[in-house]
Amino acid sequence: MWSRLIGGSAVLALVGGAAYASFYVAPEERTMGLVQRIFYLHAACGLTMFTAFFICFCSNIAYVFWRSAKSDALAVSAAEVGLVFSTVNLVTGPIWAHPAWGIWWTWDARLTSAFVLWLLYIAYLLLRTLIEEPERRALLSALFGIFAFLDVPLVYGSIRWWRTQHPQPVLMGGPGSGLEPTMLKIFFFSIFAMHALMVLLLIDRYGLEKMRGEAEIVRRELEAA
Amino acid sequence: MKNLDSVFAAYLIGWGIFFVYYLTVARRSTALRNEIERLKNSLNRSK
Repeated sequence: MWSRLIGGSAVLALVGGAAYASFYVAPEERTMGLVQRIFYLHAACGLTMFTAFFICFCSNIAYVFWRSAKSDALAVSAAEVGLVFSTVNLVTGPIWAHPAWGIWWTWDARLTSAFVLWLLYIAYLLLRTLIEEPERRALLSALFGIFAFLDVPLVYGSIRWWRTQHPQPVLMGGPGSGLEPTMLKIFFFSIFAMHALMVLLLIDRYGLEKMRGEAEIVRRELEAA
Repeated sequence: MKNLDSVFAAYLIGWGIFFVYYLTVARRSTALRNEIERLKNSLNRSK
């Protein structure tokens, strides 16, 4: 109980600190002005989403090889948490885009692939609700999860491989790209804060999935009795 | 302070989504804990 309280408070402090730094410490960007501050939330959520989906992908592969219920529980938990970060990423993007581009949305390679990624993980979670038998559900969703992850490198590379309306990468983007040093520090801090939030949510969601497994066992025992 | 409303909207909606998700996980956990308790009681009674 105390560890949860301390962990939750630490994550809250980190996320609050990242927001404070984004609002009051980060210098104002010359061309976009104030609206660029959304970047610290939007991009950090995008990178955290990649991490969560990568955890899901590794757990799916682990399930296919070792058929462990823990891998399945971690995969579904990471998919759901990743989907939340993906939703925040997709919602904050247009709020930034409207003042910056004059439009809420455009079907360019980055936005389209990110939207498809969101749909794929919704399909992953829906698929799990359609299959009753636990082992079959875990295997089919693991295979689908591996397939869904193929879109992640596409989302990541889309702004590097194609000309898009979406801004070009600020990290590892080649010559001419990059951030002002203070902005870069705050961006890394925001990424760290979002990852801490992801871990907190993942622990809670994994706990829920473990309880589901326990409920399933008791239900079977009751049916057999 | 041009576009201040957009910045606040983005952060408020973003945090709102995280908060609502956290609440749904907590609510589902409580419901499941009660369900397990109920099932265990039924199991003990049937033995």
